[in-house]
Amino acid sequence: MKIFHKFMFALFIFCSACLLHSCTAPKAYQKIYLNDAEMELAPRKAQKFEMNFQVYREGASGANGGKTGGGCGCN
Amino acid sequence: MRKLSLAIIGLYIGVLGAFSQSASDSAVYKNKKLTPTEINFITSYYHQDGNLSPVTGGIGTEKLSDYATTFEIKLNKYDQHNRRHDLGFELGVDHYTSASSDKIDPGIVSSPSYADTRIYPTISYGISNEQKGNAVNFTGSYSGEYDYQSIGGGAGFTNTSKDKNTEFTLKGQAYLDHLKVILPVELRAGTSQARGQQNYPSAARNSYSGSLVFSHLVNQRFQFSLLGDVVYQNGYLGTPFHRIYFSDGIETNEKLPSSRLKIPIGLRMNYFAGDKFIVRSFYRFYHDDWGLTAHTLDVELPVKITSFISISPFYRFYTQNGVKYFAGYKQHQSSEAFYTTDDDLSKFNSNSEGAEIRLGQPGGIFNIKHLNNIELRYAHYKRTDGLHSDIVTLALKFI
Repeated sequence: MKIFHKFMFALFIFCSACLLHSCTAPKAYQKIYLNDAEMELAPRKAQKFEMNFQVYREGASGANGGKTGGGCGCN
Repeated sequence: MRKLSLAIIGLYIGVLGAFSQSASDSAVYKNKKLTPTEINFITSYYHQDGNLSPVTGGIGTEKLSDYATTFEIKLNKYDQHNRRHDLGFELGVDHYTSASSDKIDPGIVSSPSYADTRIYPTISYGISNEQKGNAVNFTGSYSGEYDYQSIGGGAGFTNTSKDKNTEFTLKGQAYLDHLKVILPVELRAGTSQARGQQNYPSAARNSYSGSLVFSHLVNQRFQFSLLGDVVYQNGYLGTPFHRIYFSDGIETNEKLPSSRLKIPIGLRMNYFAGDKFIVRSFYRFYHDDWGLTAHTLDVELPVKITSFISISPFYRFYTQNGVKYFAGYKQHQSSEAFYTTDDDLSKFNSNSEGAEIRLGQPGGIFNIKHLNNIELRYAHYKRTDGLHSDIVTLALKFI
């Protein structure tokens, strides 16, 4: 639980920093780095099956943009 | 109840308003036919080995190989109100061979359970109003293999701020599954001939989830998204052919509670440092009512060799404490209400490392005009309980 509390504290600091920083939000012409394919806020296409086996081989799943149920793969 | 009804009516009017025709829509009227915009082809080979298979009660080989391929096509068109309609179709096929599944009925050499093929088509449809920054989408899916069928459906709503720096997505999904209750051969009722017959009873397993995603561009180089799911499952949540050997020598099969509530929360952060280096990171906290708590940390460091070629080494650390119903081979007591020897639900850490090479060229790669993107990825995975695996994936994107 100590790790969880540390994470929540870090998350709080992070979100606060982001909110304070949001007044410098980029304009459309300032998004050249953000629009780079490597900056996409999603798993890569080639991670699809890797995430699939992690769902089967580990107890935790979800909150990563993937599916949250359906199909078995329980072999 | 009254407040709830008003909220639903308000939400409905809001969605209608979001997709109503605005005064300027007619001025930018575009009529287009449904045309393909993107085709994705992904294929992978996965191999694992270990020595704690639950099919044989928590001991025995976990050797498994899986060949997986998906083909996806995306199409879109604009209507007279300048709204974009997206249609997607995906077809996936997995074929696996599993040494442990073969032990369900060890009396048969290379029994049908040794290998299986899963087919899973998905269809999606979405409408987006780019001027207002709103979008809704719907998905339907099916997954079928010999002993397991799943039908899924979902709907989502996305709102993007006017400056396109903030996005909020709300999504709901449901999966209605049916599995054949295939017991280990020695636990099936009747004569040995009847045991060989394949009229297995079926059981239901349902999964319902709600997801929230909040994404924000913080500055010219940094963006993040916060992801949260609530997943509720009910029905037959165990695997019927997982054996249990109690400490007193009695044999049965796995038994787990008929409901499970999962709450994962994720944070994804990407930062572009200088002109060549990017930091992609992901953290997830997970907790469920079976007593499992887990942490996942994923860091990837893409280096742009040129504008169109990048190499990305990555490292992933995962830790979980295990569910309260887990115990190893011959460690369960027959007086317990629930029991499993599935090591996927035990206490362990795992490490995964590998690299990906990505080629992206708007005008085509290797003189193939529409081949826009190639990703080749390799990952090695190792768990502290001895299970280890390797996966190699190739993803091609055509535009």
